[in-house]
Amino acid sequence: MSASSNPLAILFFFVFIALTLGVTYWAAKRTKTTEHFYAAGHGVTGFQNGLALAGDYMSAASFLGIAGLVALNGFDGLIYSTGWLVGWPIILFLIAEPLRNLGKYTFSDVVAYRLQQKPVRIAAVIGTMAVVLTYLIAQMVGAGTLIKLLFSLDYTLAVIIVGVVMMTYVLFGGMLATTWVQIIKACLLLGGAVVMAILVLAQFGFNPTALFAKAAELNGKQVLEPGTKVVTGAWDAVSLGLALMFGTAGLPHILMRFYTVPDAKQARISVVWATIWIGGFYLITFVLGFGAMVLVGIKQVVGAGGGGNMAAPLLANAVGGSAFFGFICAVAFATILAVVAGLTLSGAAALSHDIWVNVVRGGHAPEREQLLVARVAAVILGICAIILGIIFQGQNIAYMVGLTFSIAASANFPALVLAIFWRRFTTWGAVAAIIIGTISTLILLYLGPTIQVDILKHDIAEVSKQWWYFPLKNPCLITMTLSFLSGIVVSLLKPEPAAEAGFAEVERRAILGALADLGPAGARSAPAE
Amino acid sequence: MSTDPIHTIAAKRWTIALILSALMLVIYLGFILLVAFGKPLLSILLTQGLSLGILLGALTIISCWILSIIYVIWANSRYDEAVAQAVAGATTASGGKS
Repeated sequence: MSASSNPLAILFFFVFIALTLGVTYWAAKRTKTTEHFYAAGHGVTGFQNGLALAGDYMSAASFLGIAGLVALNGFDGLIYSTGWLVGWPIILFLIAEPLRNLGKYTFSDVVAYRLQQKPVRIAAVIGTMAVVLTYLIAQMVGAGTLIKLLFSLDYTLAVIIVGVVMMTYVLFGGMLATTWVQIIKACLLLGGAVVMAILVLAQFGFNPTALFAKAAELNGKQVLEPGTKVVTGAWDAVSLGLALMFGTAGLPHILMRFYTVPDAKQARISVVWATIWIGGFYLITFVLGFGAMVLVGIKQVVGAGGGGNMAAPLLANAVGGSAFFGFICAVAFATILAVVAGLTLSGAAALSHDIWVNVVRGGHAPEREQLLVARVAAVILGICAIILGIIFQGQNIAYMVGLTFSIAASANFPALVLAIFWRRFTTWGAVAAIIIGTISTLILLYLGPTIQVDILKHDIAEVSKQWWYFPLKNPCLITMTLSFLSGIVVSLLKPEPAAEAGFAEVERRAILGALADLGPAGARSAPAE
Repeated sequence: MSTDPIHTIAAKRWTIALILSALMLVIYLGFILLVAFGKPLLSILLTQGLSLGILLGALTIISCWILSIIYVIWANSRYDEAVAQAVAGATTASGGKS
């Protein structure tokens, strides 16, 4: 089954491309300043940003991947769904409002606020790029494989199309176009999933438990019980759980979205909307997975290839015919485009705003130069994404998403939290937290079962006897702890009076935002060295 | 003003944020650890087709909504009001603080 024989799928796809390019054209005329390019002129409402956050976050992996995981294993898919959601309340409680009030375009703005700009920004960009590049690889390889499966398009061509269309959004329309692409995609994805769930549940008297019961009757009671697919041991489970939970709060493309709203209150509202959309979407995906298990059949889902990824499209075909199948295939494509556009924009912001403007040019560069550098960075990242997508073709990249979340939780999240909440945090504490978090994640992942056993195919009995062997699949439990500890220890060993003195201003601005300028201690935005 | 009202507000917000984050962590890790250790418990069927595991998973998702809404209700009323009062106090007094 492929959409290449389905002209409607191609039509839906072209309608989506035409619509989003139209939006990009409209946005391009409004994108004249860096404020527009990075932050959509701070003119996005909380409700809109909630949808855009959901559109930025609900990747093809979470739509097709979780539906497939549930279709093949039942209950176990729920472990990922919950993990991918619980980070959002953490963003709401700890990060969103201070971030909006303290920063301008990137999360480095917040970490570097009262610290020495250059070392902190360089470290934060390393943390950002590690996350952006690993996530881009995961998305691009997923995109190529998926589009090949859905549209029977050549892998390389599919990767190039995704890269070029995404670059067009970012390059010309900046954050405004990216936001609307994400909103359109979120509406299509949520709408498509709801319609599909209604069509499925209509066959079971609108009672999900009747659907689950039917699945258990056909495939055995174990589909309703925890299996061994996702969770293998207690420490593994906790470590993966921490990575999913705190990683979400350290993803640069998600954090960047909070600058698109006018103030902290709208940032707060946008997280609540995002949590509602994403949580609802995961509940629906669970129903869809069981729907595919019953109405399509486990054998047929496996037979369609892609490791279960075809479950949702096949289900669309079973309940809504070829037109609906075409629609869902086009939505899956749109999903990938929206996520990679967000990633590329956040990478471009880190390279231009953090490195070029604040490190190379010492905080002052003309507006036109900043925009030019940002666009060049976007093109470089787009080309990198295409090349990496082609290099990693056919590789097992399932671990990449786990790696992304683990780095985000072990590098970006600790630095951000300490910078916002801890008075005695210092420049070198921030550098240590980010660098040690990133490097230890890479090393421990390499020395663990994910790389040694799953990728390098070493015998687990052999390799686990080595002195260097690290037993956790996801190292986040250790690396996040290391990152927090190194940030704290380094800060305590060498106090930085200037940074400590700046904390009162951080505390004040984190709460008051722009209102802080009205008071006597009103210093303008992030001070540059 | 002897004590900075902003500092009081910050401390209050920090406390609420920490409590809610800890609750979220306990709920989610509780669910994950039950999946790892409590397989027989989670396999209990409550009704035809609904295992305790599925119910708790769905409740974990719903608890994210509930905790978020609790925070927003607090923030939109008490917190925003306290901040507004502090701003009003600062602009009328325009005394040196921070």
